[in-house]
Amino acid sequence: MGEVIATRAAYGKALVKFGETVPELIVMDADLAGATMTNGFAKAFPERFLDMGIAEADMMGVAAGLAACGKKVFATSFAMFAAGRAWEQVRNSICYPRLGVKVVGSHGGLSVGEDGATHQCIEDFAIMRAIPGMTVICPCDGYEMEQAVKALINYDGPAYMRLGRLAVETVTDSVEGYRFELGKGVTLLDGSDVTIIAVGMMVQEALKAAGLLKADGISARVIDMHTIKPLDEALVLAAARETGAVVTSEEANVIGGLGSAVCELLSARCPVPVIRHGVNDQFGRSGKAPLVLQAYGLTAEVIAEKAREAVELKGRQAGSLGAL
Amino acid sequence: MEQSRVKELELLATRARLLGLKAVHDCASGHIGGSLSAMDILTVLYFETLKVDPKDSKNPGRDRFVLSKGHCTPALYPVLALRGFFPVEDLKLFRSIEGHLSGHAEMRHVNGVDMSTGSLGQGLSAAVGMAVAGKLDRKDYRVYALMGDGEIQEGQIWEAAMAAAKYKLDNLCGIVDLNGLQIDGATADVMPTEPLDKKWESFGWHVIKADGHDVSAVAAAFEEAKTVRGKPTVILAKTVKGKGVSFMENNAGWHGKAPNDEQYEIAKAELEARLKELEG
Repeated sequence: MGEVIATRAAYGKALVKFGETVPELIVMDADLAGATMTNGFAKAFPERFLDMGIAEADMMGVAAGLAACGKKVFATSFAMFAAGRAWEQVRNSICYPRLGVKVVGSHGGLSVGEDGATHQCIEDFAIMRAIPGMTVICPCDGYEMEQAVKALINYDGPAYMRLGRLAVETVTDSVEGYRFELGKGVTLLDGSDVTIIAVGMMVQEALKAAGLLKADGISARVIDMHTIKPLDEALVLAAARETGAVVTSEEANVIGGLGSAVCELLSARCPVPVIRHGVNDQFGRSGKAPLVLQAYGLTAEVIAEKAREAVELKGRQAGSLGAL
Repeated sequence: MEQSRVKELELLATRARLLGLKAVHDCASGHIGGSLSAMDILTVLYFETLKVDPKDSKNPGRDRFVLSKGHCTPALYPVLALRGFFPVEDLKLFRSIEGHLSGHAEMRHVNGVDMSTGSLGQGLSAAVGMAVAGKLDRKDYRVYALMGDGEIQEGQIWEAAMAAAKYKLDNLCGIVDLNGLQIDGATADVMPTEPLDKKWESFGWHVIKADGHDVSAVAAAFEEAKTVRGKPTVILAKTVKGKGVSFMENNAGWHGKAPNDEQYEIAKAELEARLKELEG
């Protein structure tokens, strides 16, 4: 079993690591440095850490100004406020002029837990993805996170990255030849009957779901789609062609995120059954994170159910085609 | 400032007014009222105050200007053109699908523009970022941001004002174009912002009041701002919306309206008369 660490913790460590060698790296926060774990960077490089107070809109604008002067800026807050509160600043001050600001939203999804719906951002993938030219990523574990931070430092344009609050098992470190590349998904497990395309902490659940499916004699392929935009079209198309059925899984609203991106591609290019697993257009609620996730069906068991449905749909379609 | 220099700047501002008016008339759209109120300030900035070079417009050591009231491109673009950042003829492509001079200020396509703006309230934050970068890099460039007096109703302006004071940005100078009008009417009626001197002072800024149409006073205000240490400066520049065209002056109706042919001829004649008077 890999190391158990929250992606926010891995993010904080990565910033400190790369801060040593990248003098243009600037980290900003909006009074949440302890929670987003930018406080390590703040301690190591106080001159290059800017705490902007509880003023996310201003933080994004200041980030834009810094980037316009050649700085590599990571503007960090909770997903709800980085992507939500400051959406229009991100769009107009950062994305439209194509400035190299990385908007980082921690505590994404329902796994925020006790804080409840006001802090459980399930819309960030959709609203960030809707901005032209915006890159949207969500690494699934600590190992992937460090490489993602490095890739974002080397990427010139704007990007949004979601971090998670909960400690999660590291799964990508044991993948042979694993290399993080923006816009390229990673096949974690090969399979032939159905493909589960997951992002963030649903990747670990998808792997567990594949184990459950195996017991039923269903061979599931699992793809870690850390980059939601630009989508790795070749990988998705190949999976759709080769397995004929797809389940997408994300800790986000099923409207507008990874599931939508996959459907938008496949509906035109390779229309196979796609079942979108995620939050079903509802607000979250308070509770211990694992219990909240369970209450909303964000579990391996539900992913496995969706995969069985997808396989069944595929069979029915094949049957109806055969009857023609 | 010497009288001859005052006259030169006034001539340039009048030419810029004519160009801005023509650009708005030609495409039948654009924000002329606030552009005319800001024209003297912009002329002083680009011809007197800013350390910029049109032939080296991306020099990292240059002074920077952010048009936070980003709709006032009929002021900024003519001044940039007259200063040599792009040919004056390009102004005929203002707001045109065939051109690159978009309605609001755009840094990616218009040479000389340091920040894309248009959505009100965001420019001062970007200027703060540029000023912080200057401090971090120990460069001595200065950053200027022009705001509208309606625009400062946006809360983000005051977030940025706090940040500028926190980081002791004495390399930052804000200007508020106090023309007293916004789209829906008088700023005092739509959403009162006064007392602005006390507001900015209480946010930790050095405040200078100036007549925004007196080029000598505006230039002197920028010079005074350079001498302030440990805090940012804001210039509260009293102006007249529509300045220079009699029927546009102090009329909120001309915020975002283009003159028709007849109105354009009248306005043009007034400005040309002013030009003649200055040249005379």
